[in-house]
Amino acid sequence: MKIKDPSPDMKKRSFLKNVLNGTVAGCLYLVYPMGADSFEIPEQIPGIRNKPYDIYDQEFAFVVDITRCIGCGSCCVADKREFNVPDGNYRTWVERYVKGFSDRIYVDCPNGGLDGYQSPRTDIKEKIRDTFFVPKLCNMCREAPCVQVCPVGATFTSPDGFVLVDDKRCVGCAYCIQACPYSARFINPETRVVEKCTWCYNRVRKGLLPACVQVCPTGARKFGSLKDENSEVYKILKGPGVLTVLKKEMGTWPALYYKGARREVV
Amino acid sequence: MNTATVSAAMVSDSIGSATMLISNYVFPNDLHVHWSMMIVLYPYITGLVDGAFIIAALYYLFDVKSLAPVARFSLLFALAFLCCATIPLLLHLGRPERNFNMLLTPSPSSAMAGFGYIYAVSMGVLVFIIFFVYRPVLVALRKSSRGWLKVLYRVITLDSIDLSDDALKLDAKIIRFLVAIGIPIAAVLHGYVGFIFGGVKANPTWSSPLMPVIFLFSACVSGISAIVFAYIVIAKVKSRPIDHECIVTMINTLTGFFILAFSFEMLEVFSHSYLKTGYHHMVEGLLNGPLAKSFWFWQVKIGSVLPLLLLGIMVLFKIRSSLYTFLAAGVSGILLIQVFIMRWNVVIGGQLMSKSARGYTQFHPQWFDKEGIIAVIIVMAIPFVILFFLGKIFPFWDKDNGV
Repeated sequence: MKIKDPSPDMKKRSFLKNVLNGTVAGCLYLVYPMGADSFEIPEQIPGIRNKPYDIYDQEFAFVVDITRCIGCGSCCVADKREFNVPDGNYRTWVERYVKGFSDRIYVDCPNGGLDGYQSPRTDIKEKIRDTFFVPKLCNMCREAPCVQVCPVGATFTSPDGFVLVDDKRCVGCAYCIQACPYSARFINPETRVVEKCTWCYNRVRKGLLPACVQVCPTGARKFGSLKDENSEVYKILKGPGVLTVLKKEMGTWPALYYKGARREVV
Repeated sequence: MNTATVSAAMVSDSIGSATMLISNYVFPNDLHVHWSMMIVLYPYITGLVDGAFIIAALYYLFDVKSLAPVARFSLLFALAFLCCATIPLLLHLGRPERNFNMLLTPSPSSAMAGFGYIYAVSMGVLVFIIFFVYRPVLVALRKSSRGWLKVLYRVITLDSIDLSDDALKLDAKIIRFLVAIGIPIAAVLHGYVGFIFGGVKANPTWSSPLMPVIFLFSACVSGISAIVFAYIVIAKVKSRPIDHECIVTMINTLTGFFILAFSFEMLEVFSHSYLKTGYHHMVEGLLNGPLAKSFWFWQVKIGSVLPLLLLGIMVLFKIRSSLYTFLAAGVSGILLIQVFIMRWNVVIGGQLMSKSARGYTQFHPQWFDKEGIIAVIIVMAIPFVILFFLGKIFPFWDKDNGV
């Protein structure tokens, strides 16, 4: 039996029907609640989600690998967007170090490195021996001077090791700014209280990496739990590589480590 | 390049071997000076309180009789300034409405958390001393005054008119006791202010155990100078006689305290340059660069060496009393400015150094800011207004009981 070809009109109509059905079905598929998990960003710090968070049994570390930083400024942009950081203040920044053959060090950090280092310095007359970038952020000191000096306890160390600021308690005296050897703090001109990098505590508690770590294209910024033996920071800290901290002589015992930091880095 | 200041360039040229460390780089968050003129004013005001209290203590506790003419005035002067000691702090705070958090939920680890308590105790002790010192005068004034002033005197004297010998002896004992505990409290009030700075290890010019000592002695210098200056000026304006012996005693005391204050200030600088520890290149660069004028010229040469010479002449040589009074007013005026400049150099100067240890930021005082120049002038004028009104209730001078 010969099947009769449908008329051209029929072809067109059925096609449009199918398109419409598909569109409706597709929209329903997207809109229909199938559980948030389907659209949630995958867990980036293993062992945080779907588990009771024992705040007293946590230890995190941050490692900055200077040899990998390319000074693109992505971390600074991500940080600024994550926290709506006011212009002229910096929770994190990236410095450019240039070392001449005379051993003289030239450091600069225009706009906190937000724009990325797109062109070399032209004001250095001598022959350049080496150049590198140094990302800076809160050192999360174990012996935090800012926590010590805060007169109202607004700056505190959480049981899981994060130095945080309670913006509802801070009086804006700026004593912590004076006490921080790393100049990681500033007064937010809008809220008039102190602000600083938190290693994205808001994200970490959701199993997400700090914003700057997530966007770093070269893996220069690393963050993880030291309770997780498979984490990269655990392996780095366990390994034989030389790690340093900034201003060791201040006795602040930072949880922020630098890999490949030259002695000139302050 | 970030904040390539001219002054920092001068520094890098002047420190020779340390040039490799300086590249005029300031941490991005260090560009702004967070503790500005109000924090200069705060230790200045508490210093005036301390110094004035020392004069009163010398009279009421150590029986230095020659200070009788200014003893009571010193107490009122101290009270007027103590009333205003918190104003600069409130103007400085980002959230002044939360200031009571320091009293309600103080953090025991913070030096600053003690301020409210130390301040309250100082105020309480000072008010009680004034109350007992003035009691006989107030009782007499109560009888001779009328209207609201009479009611006020009744309230201040707690409606007691007992001026019997026994009551006055008890008063004298209480005054001695209160002044005796007042001295350590005054020392703590100001030494503690010094410790606020001395306890900041992140700042190499502040971080020194000498800081409370320097602050304490310079406080005595400023307070005594203020009393000398005010006593002479008020006496001249009101055409009252000036007690020469009183001025001599104050100037001798001032000389002693100033020698100590200046010695410790210089010891601090000498220690930095001799020990050459840690960040000494930054301290040297600061004093020889951005602070070269305000430290070496104004604070040391004009504010310290010149008064030392004048004080030396006044102490060592016999000078006729009118010239002596003129010199006393001049020296105390210079020293009042010296202590203010010293506070400026410590508080603002110390913050010019970036914690990058590679450069210096700049500070430009604003006129109309809440911590600006106009605000400073207003804050410094308020104690004199308070003093004026206090003078209406409590007669300033000895033998002037207002009756």
